[in-house]
Amino acid sequence: MTQDLARRIRINALSMVARARASHIGSALSIADIVAVLYGDILRVDPRRPDWAERDRFILSKGHACVAVYAALAEQGFFPTEWLDTYGAVDSPLLNHVSHTVPGVEFSTGSLGHGLPFAAGKALALWTRGQTSRVFALLSDGELDEGSNWEALLFAAHHGLSNLTAIIDFNNLQSLDTVDNTLRLAPLADKFAAFGWAVREIDGHSHDALREALSAVPWDGKRPCMLVAHTVKGKGVSFMENKVEWHYRAPDAAQLEQALAEQGGGADA
Amino acid sequence: MRDAFIDELCRQAEQRSNVILIVGDLGYSVVEPFAARFPDRFFNAGVAEQNMLGLAAGMASEGCHVFAYSIANFPTFRCAEQFRNDVDYHQLAVTVVAVGGGLAYGNLGYSHHAVQDFGLMRLFPQTLIAAPGDPLEARACLRYLLDHPQPSYFRLGKAGEVAVHPEVPSVAPGQWLQVVAERGAASARLSTGTMLHRTLASHRERDTPLPEDLFTMPLWGAGCKDSQAAQLARYGCVETWEDHYLDGGFGSWLREAAALSGSPTRIRSRFLRPDQTLGHTA
Repeated sequence: MTQDLARRIRINALSMVARARASHIGSALSIADIVAVLYGDILRVDPRRPDWAERDRFILSKGHACVAVYAALAEQGFFPTEWLDTYGAVDSPLLNHVSHTVPGVEFSTGSLGHGLPFAAGKALALWTRGQTSRVFALLSDGELDEGSNWEALLFAAHHGLSNLTAIIDFNNLQSLDTVDNTLRLAPLADKFAAFGWAVREIDGHSHDALREALSAVPWDGKRPCMLVAHTVKGKGVSFMENKVEWHYRAPDAAQLEQALAEQGGGADA
Repeated sequence: MRDAFIDELCRQAEQRSNVILIVGDLGYSVVEPFAARFPDRFFNAGVAEQNMLGLAAGMASEGCHVFAYSIANFPTFRCAEQFRNDVDYHQLAVTVVAVGGGLAYGNLGYSHHAVQDFGLMRLFPQTLIAAPGDPLEARACLRYLLDHPQPSYFRLGKAGEVAVHPEVPSVAPGQWLQVVAERGAASARLSTGTMLHRTLASHRERDTPLPEDLFTMPLWGAGCKDSQAAQLARYGCVETWEDHYLDGGFGSWLREAAALSGSPTRIRSRFLRPDQTLGHTA
């Protein structure tokens, strides 16, 4: 079920980016499985009531990977899938960084390091009100260079925000080079543990592993949860995987055809 | 004025359960009454202003009205993008409260001189600036913001400012609040923030015999320039007073409003010069 949603996310994302001649397809493919499992199996949300008070909140902090989330929201019925065809048009609500004017999107991002503090604020407010809604934030690895994240990590651990789960899309590629060659994050899980979070590391493309980890939060009932998801940038398209240039490039017609063929369903799937 | 602000915030928080106070590890001997009365609505974010503003935005997105309190430039310049993107763009009820507007913390040095904060905060199109001139204006501004929740910047002086108004005045964005009315006045002085006391003293000591009216404007911002033309039209000359640089300041804001409306009123400005804050003279 979530495998099919992930496949549709990839197909939509590729088509949207190719049509719009937009960037960041590698980042979107990297999180397609995470987003599919979240929307397919984890998040308590209602497409007919995007503002339902008891919903779980999902924050995409790496807003440049928005096509994956737009595709998931459309596939889940938050808005018509035809909207996806407008991606990249000047009057489209689907901006090229995730936009809160789109039904189902909680928060606009685009500048990195904003999602986790905002998510912590939501978690704190829900906690203060005694609400059981959970907050999930999806961050990139390169984004962790921003100090604001570490401020939020301190705060969330100090206040025991166990209704907050952060997921790191750890594909080890950032804007110009690998994470290791830019600002080394290793040992990343140890850093989060030292900051007082409950930490798990998984294969971020394994739906079973994602489902098992995310359906069990909060893992110890008292700490915020950090899921380090090891991923491959450009996952699912052979010639995009682990290639920094696909942070920027949009596939041409032939490349799109090949990329869609690799999804095992074709463009009309 | 700090004490009036906290006292009013406590009073309002009794009635409004969504009022939250977050401090950036500052507010010693000021915020304790709130913290004691509303311990589950008071948070110290630590020395971490970016997170403080992100937290505030997140809480506001869940229906809270969050007051984020710190000193001088810390809750503004240090986290300007958090205010721009998270608060102003999303139109959230976050009120950044900065103590030490202008040179209130003069001896603490340039780091503590809030002399460019209007210039920054008035750039945000959905943000209202509150710069009260006395403790009663502070109460009035706070009540206005709670009744009209929106992105806002609350600039306080330090402490010890005496009351000028006889009672809590009625305030509205862009509205000039009359302090002195003289018969036949063709010119006016208009201050924002704690410069009210300076304009009042100057007014009393002035040697010119010409009648002059005195006003304060505690609520203003990018969204209320349109309301200035009619008020300017009453005078041939208006002099603005502020404890802020000319560039980006209150006087410049009024000049922009006047220019946009084609107002013929002559505007003069009193302001702080950079050499008054940089610790050296050119």
